[in-house]
Amino acid sequence: MNIHTSRRGFLTGLIVAVALPQLARAEARPGYFNELPALDGDWAPNAFIRVAPDNTVTVLIKHIEFGQGPYTGLTTLVAEELDADWGQMRAAAAPADAEKYANMAFGMQGTGGSSSMANSFMQMRKAGAAARAMLVAAAAEKFGVPADQITIEKGVLKAGDQSASFGELAEAAASQTAPDDPQVKSPDQFRLIGTDLPKVDTKAKTDGQAEFSLDVYLDGMLTAVVAHPPKFGATVASVDDSAALQVAGVQKVAQIPQGVAVYADNTFAALKGRAALEIDWDDSSAETRSTDQMIDQWTAAARATGHAARDWEVEATGDVDQALSGAEMVEATYVFPYLAHTPMEPLDGVIRLGDREADVWMGSQMQTGDVGTLASTLGIQNVRLNTMLAGGSFGRRAQPDAHFAAELGEVAKAHGPGAVKLLWTREDDIQGGYYRPLTVHNIRAALDADGNITAWDHGIAAQPIFIGTPFEGMLQGGPDFSAFEGASELRYTTANHRLRWAQMESPVTTLWWRSVGHSHTGFAVECFVDELLEKAGRDPIEGRLALLGDDHPREKGVLQRVAQMADMSGDFGYGVAVVKSFDSYVAQIAEVEDRGGIPHVRRVWCAVDCGLAVNPNIVRAQMEGGIGYGLSAVLFSEITLDQGGTIRQQNWDSYPIMRIPQMPAVEVEIVQSAEPPTGVGEPGTPPIGPAVANAWRRMTGKALRRLPIVPVA
Amino acid sequence: MTISFTVNGQDRSVDVDPDTPLLWVLRDELRLTGTKFGCGIAQCGACTVYLNGMTRRSCVTPISMVEGSDVTTIEGLSGPEAEAVQAAWTAIDVPQCGYCQSGQVMSATALLQQNGAPTDEDIDNAMAGNICRCATYVRIRQAIHDAAKTLEG
Repeated sequence: MNIHTSRRGFLTGLIVAVALPQLARAEARPGYFNELPALDGDWAPNAFIRVAPDNTVTVLIKHIEFGQGPYTGLTTLVAEELDADWGQMRAAAAPADAEKYANMAFGMQGTGGSSSMANSFMQMRKAGAAARAMLVAAAAEKFGVPADQITIEKGVLKAGDQSASFGELAEAAASQTAPDDPQVKSPDQFRLIGTDLPKVDTKAKTDGQAEFSLDVYLDGMLTAVVAHPPKFGATVASVDDSAALQVAGVQKVAQIPQGVAVYADNTFAALKGRAALEIDWDDSSAETRSTDQMIDQWTAAARATGHAARDWEVEATGDVDQALSGAEMVEATYVFPYLAHTPMEPLDGVIRLGDREADVWMGSQMQTGDVGTLASTLGIQNVRLNTMLAGGSFGRRAQPDAHFAAELGEVAKAHGPGAVKLLWTREDDIQGGYYRPLTVHNIRAALDADGNITAWDHGIAAQPIFIGTPFEGMLQGGPDFSAFEGASELRYTTANHRLRWAQMESPVTTLWWRSVGHSHTGFAVECFVDELLEKAGRDPIEGRLALLGDDHPREKGVLQRVAQMADMSGDFGYGVAVVKSFDSYVAQIAEVEDRGGIPHVRRVWCAVDCGLAVNPNIVRAQMEGGIGYGLSAVLFSEITLDQGGTIRQQNWDSYPIMRIPQMPAVEVEIVQSAEPPTGVGEPGTPPIGPAVANAWRRMTGKALRRLPIVPVA
Repeated sequence: MTISFTVNGQDRSVDVDPDTPLLWVLRDELRLTGTKFGCGIAQCGACTVYLNGMTRRSCVTPISMVEGSDVTTIEGLSGPEAEAVQAAWTAIDVPQCGYCQSGQVMSATALLQQNGAPTDEDIDNAMAGNICRCATYVRIRQAIHDAAKTLEG
């Protein structure tokens, strides 16, 4: 093991046990570094690549890795253009730097919207192609041949009987000029893209060596936990910390804007100290409605204007009212609960505050905003953020208001110079808000005598996600599309269509949750259209294909593929759904068994069109996981407030999620495509809920319109 | 209070509050960070270790209970079943975020030590205490079957 104890100086003091890079640099197996090694004589042709004398190539990954695969996927793009050997490739988190490492889709550094591959595809290939050109130029000089006589295969440059590795040429390549517009390969030249390359982070995630924020231990570090308000919008009225300070190991208690912070020598003492706090909370601005009351209000707002903070007419074509009057009308109301993301690793981070600078280790999903918030909270300029591997996110770590970075900054500020780890417990996580918004849909449609949909009138009541945050400007004064994406631009076209968003308000904080608006619009649209098709006596697949017309070939492509895949001969219920989200197209068919009145999903077939599949194995894994994540929520999950505003769920015992016995067998096929790659992290999630609900309705006659399907008693 | 036990075959003594869960002793005192915190109430299995050879949720095991015991963590996991499980996990890229996988590997290894040819139902029963929020369950089932085949020879 090569221990980079000197890297960037500021890591001095980091306990070596957690600072070990995953792999010795010359080991012939792809891997990653827990922290970016120092340059150490490496050649850095650009911001994304380092070639070391020992012949390893490290790719700096601007996106956080939490299972969706950018460490492997983006490294593949560079390896492809270099014609590197996969075994010599390494990945490492890029530093936080909005100029060098912005998400091309956001204009700042951050990960979200299933955009990592799509926005990096050309950027990383060009970075690899530029390095390749410089290596070839260096080899041409060394070998004394023209550049066009040099070939590269598995990391070795050759001309005639002369050869050299990247490592051997790195020093000479460093003096070559980088091309302005490097030429990337054409798809027929791909050797690595499109293959199931082994992931760079698998081994370390199998033997306990992968390092997450929770695993960072610094010399003299205290652990802090914060007592947060038990109701949304409540604040601290008074605090008695005398008992907490008596707990052995507790060093300090401090009131911060987010609550009351307890600092201790170790985690257990911090938790024990927090439990000993006596806090009076001021509930005067708190949410005191129950979610049952909110659902009633949201339902009224979805059905008619005048019940919301603001009613937005998002889309209107034709004359919906005219088309509905006198026609055979079908109406359905769908209720979607608040959902917590509950990533396996709760929110956590480590900060070491100096006099005028800070080093931070956290699973930051929006580095630019997190760094800016830390700097402004602490009143310093120099914040160096190390983006750590994170134990899942599903949207939870992408915070427009940077609330966790703000809390970490306040915890550090109240403590003063030194090192602190801030840990949220599972209870902090589940009760901490930033939920998928509670949402109610109401849809009315008219059918003509031939069963054609002649009108579609859709009302959605939900809180916004962008409005009220620093991201609001992106909306340019328009409605918050996070509430209705997937219901807008309805692909089951009707001449008379209206979409209305009722903007609801509550102190309960909201956030994007894997697939954002599609997590509910996909369910409402796909369940409702399935009911309409059934009423019209049409087949769910043929009927959808007909409704999709000629303008939606990729939706039709995945539908046709999944229909070929599925074996629907069993004595079970079968349901289908197709959803486009984040520019990818996914169709699923679920096989559902009635087990004592509760749906059990036995098998799922899934067809996905995500453009070019850079690593098909990762695409399949994201579909499998997206299905599991979506099914878990649809079956079991909801956050509820009791009358008075108390949150009922506390931990995974009261907020149950899917375990292995409930996981269906999943078969995934990827539609071949020459289109540029699009996202796979989220698009697997939306179709599973409606596929299961449609199977259930067709089997039992009972439509599922209130989620979760199996509420906790 | 001083408590003595072995971890991965090494003698260790810690002087901590006797109510401290084994999880936090392993992590905060001994810096064995492969064992993870997920829930603190034995719901998720991310903290799974072996206590005297049996799987145990370290987050609800007070260190006072561990006096004189043998603890095995992911860092010290060894033997043919462990090797087969880790090789199978790696071969089909089971992990996504990876945070729960130490616990999954500990539970899967324990299953194969008891049952060399588990059915899907055996696997579902044995692994039901280990949550994977990424829902890598399809591959966990597959990898356990693959590991069992390897062990059969």
